[in-house]
Amino acid sequence: MAKLSASFEVPLRSFALELALEIEGTVALIGPSGAGKTSALSAIAGLTRPASGRIALDGEVWFDAADGVFRKPEERRVGLVFQEYALFPHMSVRQNVAFAGKSRVDEYLERFRISQLADAKPTELSGGERQRVALARALARDPGVLLLDEPLSALDANTKLTVRGELQELLREFGLPTLLVTHDFEDAASLADTLGVLVDGKLRQLGSAQQMVAQPADSFVASFTGANLMRGHARHRADGLTRVELEAGDIVYSTDDAAGLVDVVVYPWDVTVGRERHPDSAMNVIEGEIRSVVHVGNRARVRIGPVTAEVTEASLGRLDLVPGTRVVASFKATGTRLLPHA
Amino acid sequence: MHVRQTIVRGLLAVLFFLAIAVTLAFLVLPIVAIFVHVPLGRLLHELTNPVVTDALIVSLKTVAISQVAILLLGTPTAYFLASRRFRGRPLVVTLVELPIVLPPAVAGIGLIVAFGRFGLLGSTFDFLGINVSFNQAAVVLAISFVAGPFYVRQAIASFEAVDRNLIAASRTLGASAPRTFFKVTLPLARGGLTAGEAICLARGLGEFGATIMFAGSLQGVTQTLPLAVYTTFEAQNGLDVALAISALLVIVSLAILLALKGSGLWERSRPAVTAIAQPEPN
Repeated sequence: MAKLSASFEVPLRSFALELALEIEGTVALIGPSGAGKTSALSAIAGLTRPASGRIALDGEVWFDAADGVFRKPEERRVGLVFQEYALFPHMSVRQNVAFAGKSRVDEYLERFRISQLADAKPTELSGGERQRVALARALARDPGVLLLDEPLSALDANTKLTVRGELQELLREFGLPTLLVTHDFEDAASLADTLGVLVDGKLRQLGSAQQMVAQPADSFVASFTGANLMRGHARHRADGLTRVELEAGDIVYSTDDAAGLVDVVVYPWDVTVGRERHPDSAMNVIEGEIRSVVHVGNRARVRIGPVTAEVTEASLGRLDLVPGTRVVASFKATGTRLLPHA
Repeated sequence: MHVRQTIVRGLLAVLFFLAIAVTLAFLVLPIVAIFVHVPLGRLLHELTNPVVTDALIVSLKTVAISQVAILLLGTPTAYFLASRRFRGRPLVVTLVELPIVLPPAVAGIGLIVAFGRFGLLGSTFDFLGINVSFNQAAVVLAISFVAGPFYVRQAIASFEAVDRNLIAASRTLGASAPRTFFKVTLPLARGGLTAGEAICLARGLGEFGATIMFAGSLQGVTQTLPLAVYTTFEAQNGLDVALAISALLVIVSLAILLALKGSGLWERSRPAVTAIAQPEPN
């Protein structure tokens, strides 16, 4: 498989975007809005010129500040799919796809199941259809690199899951070095092999989704992975555990070593919910009323005091967990990460 | 107390409807008067007067040439001003817009001292064998100077309204900057450009002040339709001819306005946001 090497610096309004990535397979940049994610795509596509650095696809140099090389966007063989898809409103679906390459238009219309929409204008399409047209158009250009800007954010929750599945399949099939940008950890984890967390233009952590869940570099990364974050004050104990007094008043224990102000990280799927206390190995117990229940597919996220637990819909029914119910949330000290507060 | 309130309200209502009646009558009456002052048959007959046909030919020719020049020179200028940000850009845009608010007589004087025989570029033009006073070239310059900014201003706005992501998309899809301009930017800005061009055309057709100062009013040479209205009106028994030309210009102007409205390019006089309270029916 081809490899895209990109390391560059782009001055933005209040900070500089500094990125160094080797892209084989699919890499996802995740981070809050305004972190510089889209600017990264712009720089690779040649829509903005970095202040320094080098961008190359295998031996093909697209940008080299030192040698003064700067290829225009049309000379870079990138397939860029815009967040709102940027379909040409004055052209039909067919004309949009044919804009980049006239040779295999029918093949792409067929492949993306948009043949029956060939004569429609983009405004007549649904969100999912627009995305298929945008992907078909980008790939009809026969790119060496695929860049996806928030590929799922313009879709409603129902369409999103279907499209995500299709996208996974597509990325596998085309096997292009792909950089996608998203603010959703779950989307990133399901589409990419490698994730990079970008905050204020800097990469906070680069690794697999599993690594980020297991060992988040900081509380920002932890919050992005969907973990519970609870601020508290940590103190060593003689038995080797760390005792943390949470701001809410509860006391929790962790096997991590820390002192002072910390963020306590617990993943919702590591939290057990019961009607009463059980004499088990979980050291951390938080009692309280259920504040909310949010359904996510076949699971539900239950909020108790400062912590959110993820349980199956089956457990939800069996234990009759509704808002207002007094319950006990428990999780193990070994599953409790402590991140020193910056 | 109650009686006084009723009287005040009644008085306000009367004033309100009076204001509307005065406004509408004031704007409509002069137009109506042009068509009813002499019988319609006379008006039609006067259109065959050589003064009218000469002026029509001069107007069509000079307006056509100036519109082509405005489109060819103004479009790239507008595109440049719309797509680039540079120091001094607001100043340049303001200078381009200035002729819109300038009194036409001032424009005429400006043209004389810039391009006239003894003007800034007069000797240069002389050297090149170009003479631009009191001929049709002068008419074209006057129309272009006064009407051109109406097009350029609208064209800048139209180019700025094109989604920059569409332009970026075109580039990443392999289209060069010129191809992107002709395939994406221009088609998407076309509606606004056409509207600007129509306003510019109407303004150019009616140009009077700058033309009479810079080009004079020679029948068959520089006498455009609006100049002919003035000249024939001044002449003995010329009112009928002046009215005939005026009627013609009203119809042409109305046609341009209706065409614009029909195409949806004319900015409608209602807010873009849907108001909670709809205008009352009848």
